[in-house]
Amino acid sequence: MKDDYILELQHIRKEYPGVVALKDVSLEVKKGEILALIGENGAGKSTLIKTCSGAVIPTSGKIVINGKEFTHMSPQLAAENGIAIIYQEFNNVKGLSAAENLFLGNPIRKGIVVDKKAMEKEAEKAFAQLNIKIDPKTLVGDLTVGYQQMIEIAKAILQDAKVLIMDEPSAPLTTAEVESMFKVCELLRQKGVSIIYISHRLEEIYRLSDRIVVLRDGEYIKTLITKDSHVDELIQLMVGRSLSETFPPREETYKKDEIILELQNVSGNGDRNINLQVRKGEILGLGGLVGAGRTELVQMIFGAAKKTEGKMIFKGEEINPKSPREAIDLGIALVPEDRKRHGVLLGISIKNNINMPIYKKISRASVINNKKELEIAKKCEEELLIKTPTLHQIVKNLSGGNQQKVIIGKWLAANSELLIFDEPTRGIDVGAKAEIYKLMNEVIASGKTILLISSEMEELMGMSDRIIVLAEGRITGELGKEDFNQETIMKMASAV
Amino acid sequence: MKSTIIKILKEKAIWMVFIILFVAFSLANPRFLSSSNLFTIARQVSMLGIASIGMTFVILISGIDLSTGSIITFVNIVAAFLMVNMGFGMVTAIILSLILSILVGVLNGCLISTIGIPAIIATFATQIVFEGASYLISGGTPIYGFDERFKVIGQGYLGPVPVPVIIMIVCFAIGSFILNKSYFGRYFYAVGGNEEASKLSGIRVGVTKYLVYALSGLFAGLAGIVMLSRTNSAQPTAGLGYEFDVITCVVLGGVSITGGYGKMSNVIAGVLIIGILTNGMVLMNVSTYMQMVVKGIVLVLAVGFDSLQKKRALT
Repeated sequence: MKDDYILELQHIRKEYPGVVALKDVSLEVKKGEILALIGENGAGKSTLIKTCSGAVIPTSGKIVINGKEFTHMSPQLAAENGIAIIYQEFNNVKGLSAAENLFLGNPIRKGIVVDKKAMEKEAEKAFAQLNIKIDPKTLVGDLTVGYQQMIEIAKAILQDAKVLIMDEPSAPLTTAEVESMFKVCELLRQKGVSIIYISHRLEEIYRLSDRIVVLRDGEYIKTLITKDSHVDELIQLMVGRSLSETFPPREETYKKDEIILELQNVSGNGDRNINLQVRKGEILGLGGLVGAGRTELVQMIFGAAKKTEGKMIFKGEEINPKSPREAIDLGIALVPEDRKRHGVLLGISIKNNINMPIYKKISRASVINNKKELEIAKKCEEELLIKTPTLHQIVKNLSGGNQQKVIIGKWLAANSELLIFDEPTRGIDVGAKAEIYKLMNEVIASGKTILLISSEMEELMGMSDRIIVLAEGRITGELGKEDFNQETIMKMASAV
Repeated sequence: MKSTIIKILKEKAIWMVFIILFVAFSLANPRFLSSSNLFTIARQVSMLGIASIGMTFVILISGIDLSTGSIITFVNIVAAFLMVNMGFGMVTAIILSLILSILVGVLNGCLISTIGIPAIIATFATQIVFEGASYLISGGTPIYGFDERFKVIGQGYLGPVPVPVIIMIVCFAIGSFILNKSYFGRYFYAVGGNEEASKLSGIRVGVTKYLVYALSGLFAGLAGIVMLSRTNSAQPTAGLGYEFDVITCVVLGGVSITGGYGKMSNVIAGVLIIGILTNGMVLMNVSTYMQMVVKGIVLVLAVGFDSLQKKRALT
């Protein structure tokens, strides 16, 4: 039966100075199957797939492709042997057309002249094969992220890839785009292409994959047949413990009549006529599809975008923040969606990150009070259980969950009263998610208020006291806790 | 223990280079080590050092200031014109020309931050404008004939120490203070590391940029005053191409050209290396052209070493 395997990794071990990233990991990929690779952040998924592309050289172990044995790969070897990887960051040139991107680095030529016509023709064929509609002449920069990913897939197929490795492919996509990506994946499976699919989203894995390989702390844990396995079992294997308390219970602390923030007929930044009230001490969930205008709405509240009409009343006074600084001084804070790009300053220390919004406050005659600075950071570290050897550690070296804690700590230190969480657990592993939820409850318990944007239905319903649903820049519905229902929310979210 | 030593060595690598060069020149020429020669070196690098402080801030926020040399020229001409042609007193002339140098920096800040022109083009434009303005004011000829007391700034001594060296040391102290102790120093690192995240952390990125370019203008202006006093004559070519020497010192001092990383103490080493290199080569009768070749190679070596380490850290 060994011939059935297109790709085998045998006893792969990878050591870095002081750390063993992979300990004796083996897995096999069958021809034409979709194999899901899951594990928490830091479980070794990325390192493992990088050994297939040659970006990481294993310390020991073998890579067997179609019966040929290799001790390590290189990007050229991987391409020659039909291994293609689609990373989260695409390898495309935005200023070139779709066709030219397909043949990037290897254009069809007539002598020294690039043969655009031939490339466009080939591109059209490749797109037709995958059932996708892209004009080969369009500039890639003008395409949506979903289509850009399609081009990456088409490129791999054009290079005759037998194994396609996809690292968190659904993360940047909208719901509709994810659907078309699934269709392409299924089409490829029928054509006999194997796919290694890495994702945090368990529903996707259950929809798409044939088998699931679980990694934990750099070790191979188990292979499951998808249709015979259960989510609870899977989560337990991933985190090594049971996770019945994903959404820890919270006492209802909010008061019905105390309004902390009220929006009256607010328009601007793509939103129209928004009316809502946030009660002090509650978690108000904002539901909706990606692009429904939720992020746009909180940008206006946080002063990062301008509103054109309407009134915002915060703690009984009309406000009109023109910059994040003004909003912060009023007591409004934002935990943004893209943690690494917008949330933390990766290159500087935990201590500096936490104090960044309040440096002016803890300075006298522009000189920073170092003692206070350290005290505040220490308090955060203890209260939020930030795992780090020292507060001087630069934030880049922390895990996603700990980075998120630094951001939350920053706003607690700034004494913010209304915290806006925009997709707080995106790209965070299951174990750290539960910690973030617990933190949110502690934030509420200390008398603060949360506005939560989430595209994960379970999270939205598990955490919110009330949910307001948006679609196309307008409010389409509001639900109290007793009326939470996935179908109702979906219906409101897709209302046109 | 061993790893901490390696870490310290890496952080202080530029000082090791300095010490090696220092020892090498001392061995090659005994005159190099004389106290009078060492003070000469310090005096020679003083203007470079002063101007490099502002440039350090600029490069830290991942900007660039090509107008530094032009500001130096402009301040030379304006201060001289005010004193000689308009009869202003020395102190008034210095203060007025420093204010002007700050305003040129503010103009850079406006072009870059408010209008959004890339720093390299914005400061290139101001470079040309103020070079031209210097020619217009001076009519293309040198201006000279200052008050005797004005010489003190560039040529005087306080005990055995030249006054420009004292000015440089004070400026470096202020620069280190801004970077390490003041809250807006933290903002420079933050903005250079990630502008968007800084904005969302409540930093006024625009104001920070104005401040940085204004400071760059001010330090360039100070360097200009020292230069005017040393040469005792304002030349419309005084600061021509000076920004490149300054950028060399800052980059040699390990400030990342992509912003966010850098230390004032290492910039001092960068300045001193350029100083002893120039002086040492002169003592060894190396031709001016050969000196240029050597300086270029030193820059490549220093930055290459740094870049290689960063590249290795990535794989």
